[in-house]
Amino acid sequence: MSSVPATAGTPLGSGPAPLLRRILLQGKYETVTMIRNGEQLILAIILPLLALVGLTVTPLLDGLGSSRVNIAVPGILALCAMSTAFTGQGIATGFDRRYGVLRFLSTTPLGRAGLILGKVLAVLAVLLLQVLVVSAVALPLGWRPSVPGLLPGFLLLVLGAAAFTALGLLVAGTVRPEATLAITNLLWILLGALGGIVIPAERLPALAQAIVHFLPSGALGQALRDAFLHGSVNLAAVFVLLLWTAIAGAAATRWFKWN
Amino acid sequence: MLRVVSGVSLVAERGQVTALLGANGAGKTTTIECAQGLQKRTGGSIILLGQDPDTAGAALRARVGVMLQDGGLPPSARPIPLLRHIAGMYQDPWPVDELVARLGIDAFSRTSVRRLSGGQKQRLALAAALVGRPEVLFLDEPSAGLDPQSRQLVFELIAELRDRGMAIILTTHLMDDAQRLADYVYIIDAGRNVAEGTVAQLLRHELAAAGAQHIRTLHFEAEPGLDLAGVLPADVEIRETRAGSYSATGALTPADLAAVTAWWADRGIMPASMSLAARSLEDVFLDISGREIR
Repeated sequence: MSSVPATAGTPLGSGPAPLLRRILLQGKYETVTMIRNGEQLILAIILPLLALVGLTVTPLLDGLGSSRVNIAVPGILALCAMSTAFTGQGIATGFDRRYGVLRFLSTTPLGRAGLILGKVLAVLAVLLLQVLVVSAVALPLGWRPSVPGLLPGFLLLVLGAAAFTALGLLVAGTVRPEATLAITNLLWILLGALGGIVIPAERLPALAQAIVHFLPSGALGQALRDAFLHGSVNLAAVFVLLLWTAIAGAAATRWFKWN
Repeated sequence: MLRVVSGVSLVAERGQVTALLGANGAGKTTTIECAQGLQKRTGGSIILLGQDPDTAGAALRARVGVMLQDGGLPPSARPIPLLRHIAGMYQDPWPVDELVARLGIDAFSRTSVRRLSGGQKQRLALAAALVGRPEVLFLDEPSAGLDPQSRQLVFELIAELRDRGMAIILTTHLMDDAQRLADYVYIIDAGRNVAEGTVAQLLRHELAAAGAQHIRTLHFEAEPGLDLAGVLPADVEIRETRAGSYSATGALTPADLAAVTAWWADRGIMPASMSLAARSLEDVFLDISGREIR
């Protein structure tokens, strides 16, 4: 046992690091954790790429637009947002809550707000990575998005990520992590197949058609298709996404349990 | 409204180890979680470094270190990157390498948190609580899961930090922890503090209450079924705690001890063991908070 540590003379007490640095650090830490997690990578990268290839080699989307890949890619990007912001982030937060990680970090200078902002940053960072990977695969397949639709398209993608992040936090903060795992995975499959996200409403069963426009999945899928295919902003879909973000955000703020 | 804790009042000073001693469920963790701002209290007041922890910002959190009972460390993390990450939240942290060497964390630096032993996890959680060089340190059951070597290491560090002026507040249900570490002890029972003082004061207080100067317990082991009635004064409590194991507690005098040994000699009894002990904090604790299991 060493007797006296080198810092024996230094006074106790340290100030917090600047706010921005704390949030960026947490964002970086959460991003690396997400990317290192094999299951998360499958959900975030592999499954969307498989869906992209599937939709371009089958005639499922034929007749809906200029080419299969042009119709498929906006939906795949929406699926990426749901994977990362809702399922991936929800599960990670649920288990962090179980293991007391949220409580411990909220006692450090990071605090609760910094913790949430760090998670949002990580979602955005992983989403950027997904956009790059999907683009790298889609462009050689012949993806030609509408140029005036690019900026609104990516902003809408961020809005969709916000809605799904709020929903993911709501689930993760209110039920057990095992239930979060089940709910977010099940919804990913249900919404992915029938939620109007990769398959446009007009190709869905009549029952689904009636509701998908009001779901965050259907609204984001349609908003991105309108932006990347036609360069237009679907205001109804934007409204639906804003509403989901506001309601889920308020509910998460109200009911999120830290322990 | 559920009142888990009501009627706890305590003060923790700089340069002191303050222990909250109580059985499981007594309200120790609830009390310190309120002080840390982790639980919202419905009444009462808490002042931490001159501020209310419920409304405190990053500046206050930077001055306070917390080691939670369940650790609060992400299972997939490796110790050193995790400590570096937490250190990054502070302007002027304790150098991670130094802390790692001091707590022997380098021995398991390649292992993820989920594969660490209980004692290794506790040492890492302590390092995480200390990396901001806090002025106030909260430790919830710090010796849970520690092997004797780790315990020695952790206790030495706590004593050293206390000597450097840190205010240390710890909860424990282990009397030995309180007796070894604490400058001041609060005994918590059913959400209230029922006794307080230095360890010496608590022991003395109980002696004074018993109206005697030398409360001792004599233990010995011999053949079962001995009847010691009449050997010792009537106010000495004699019990056969299990077959052949006897204890006599009270204001024993040298003459009482002579009487017991003379009684053995008369009957040709040679005990297998005998010992004499002053009262421990554990006896005080059990007397105050009762012996029943809750």
